[in-house]
Amino acid sequence: MSISLPYAMSVWRRNAAMYKRTWKWNILPNFFEPVFYLFSIGVGVGAYISQMGGTSYLGFIAPGLVCVAAMNGASFEVTYNIYVRLVFEKTYDAMLTTPIEPDDILAGELLWAATRSCIYGGCFFLVLMLFGLTPLPSSLWVLLLIPLTGFLFAAIGMVFSLRIPNIDMFSFYFTLFLTPLFLFSDVFFPLKERLTGGWLWLAEALPLLHPVRLARASFRGEFSLTVLWDLAYILGMSLILLLWARRGVRDRLTN
Amino acid sequence: MVVETRELSKKFGDRVVVDQVDLDIPSGVCFGVLGPNGAGKTTTLRMIYGVTQPTSGTIHVFGMDITKNLRAVRSRLGVTLQQNVLIEALSPKENLQVFGRYHLLREPELSRRADQLIDFLELRSHAEVPVRQLSGGFQRRLSIALSLINAPELLILDEPTTGLDPAVRLALWSRVRELREAGTTVLITTHYMDEAQRLCDEVAIIAAGKVIGSGSPAELIVSRLAPEAVELDCTPSEEARLFDGLGPERRLRVGRRLMLYVQDAAGLIARIRRQDEGDRRPVIVRPTNLEDVFLSLTGTRLETNP
Repeated sequence: MSISLPYAMSVWRRNAAMYKRTWKWNILPNFFEPVFYLFSIGVGVGAYISQMGGTSYLGFIAPGLVCVAAMNGASFEVTYNIYVRLVFEKTYDAMLTTPIEPDDILAGELLWAATRSCIYGGCFFLVLMLFGLTPLPSSLWVLLLIPLTGFLFAAIGMVFSLRIPNIDMFSFYFTLFLTPLFLFSDVFFPLKERLTGGWLWLAEALPLLHPVRLARASFRGEFSLTVLWDLAYILGMSLILLLWARRGVRDRLTN
Repeated sequence: MVVETRELSKKFGDRVVVDQVDLDIPSGVCFGVLGPNGAGKTTTLRMIYGVTQPTSGTIHVFGMDITKNLRAVRSRLGVTLQQNVLIEALSPKENLQVFGRYHLLREPELSRRADQLIDFLELRSHAEVPVRQLSGGFQRRLSIALSLINAPELLILDEPTTGLDPAVRLALWSRVRELREAGTTVLITTHYMDEAQRLCDEVAIIAAGKVIGSGSPAELIVSRLAPEAVELDCTPSEEARLFDGLGPERRLRVGRRLMLYVQDAAGLIARIRRQDEGDRRPVIVRPTNLEDVFLSLTGTRLETNP
């Protein structure tokens, strides 16, 4: 088993060739979604909240929502899309008749999912910028955080997609995993002011919490030692899941 | 030998899917692997191009051990899978370009090769149309074009003409012959015996994972059955009356249909006519073909008892 970047990129380019056909339609919702969030929750709910965590409510939720956008961008790609290619379209069976190996497929798909997260997260950041919600230059660190967040959620989704028996399981993934993460990962309220003791420790396991904390630190330009822990979590977890997904890909594609 | 397998076996759990298969496929031939559905044909192919790991036995392709030289072997072969794997939103030309990149082809070679194949498989009229708008025959031809993008020395076709109309089948057969004449080794699986007889220089018949007959189609027919086949409808009791004394190895029954294999059909027909007074039942005389051999080897029942 070996990995080769040129082969992985040919997998990436397959998806890019398809996306090129539809990007004009795909990218529009990427701009609308953040606008809706900002108006409904930031402006609408925010009107009743004088301040949160030392900023306006709009300013509080903005950095977390960028991470949510990156998470969603990657997640759609590695769930339904991967599953259709794997099971219905047999895309990978065809790739494996060429010199491409399972590791190249995994790498290409994860890179593509990270690319999609950059498109989603990048659009979101652009909208925030237009609204004047991105303190410059410190918030620009988020542009590095987006692909890391994308990669982490690409790896999580990939492990899940490779092991489920049928496509209906994805509704669990979205409603029982991604939705609670979205609601309880520090995006809308400071978790540490609502949890105590052991719960606080347990919360550290939430994968979205760490990108959100990093994004908020970057928007505020206040970096503490927690940054190192958050980064270590993202990189470490990504690596573990990557190794797990690697086994899953080989189990599913070769026998 | 382009492909050489020795005592090749594959088990999935306790189920033996491929059982001690020896294949020798020389360079430049069209080799057919024939067998009923579920005989182990596709698993054998998957082991040859290295996606399925053998449980035991060896496989050499281009003289290399496939399990140790995956990329090197696969860069020199092409595979058309049973199911078309195409990107429906893209045109045939774009599909060829995407697939060519899997082999690390670059421009301008990539477009030049795609163009050649569009002409070779007669896709020109629809080269720019999204694949989802193409007919089954077009999609199948494009699938074969994809597997030729790297100008392979060995082309593997897994049931290439299943579900196609007669004109498309004939066109594909002539393309396969052209490739073989240009030096490509072709390995084809099929359960259409007419296809195998027309196309293949050599065949191996597989049933329940084992090779139960091999050789050129002509040799197989001569060695297994008499040259003339007589077909007619009759009941088992009529059969006993009509063909008393004719050995059971010369008879094959599928429902009401009885086939008899003899050196000289004329004598047998005279015998049938003598017994049939009044109504003359329709009788067909034809040369014995590969299908007869296949049925005599694999049996005619749909389910076999273990």
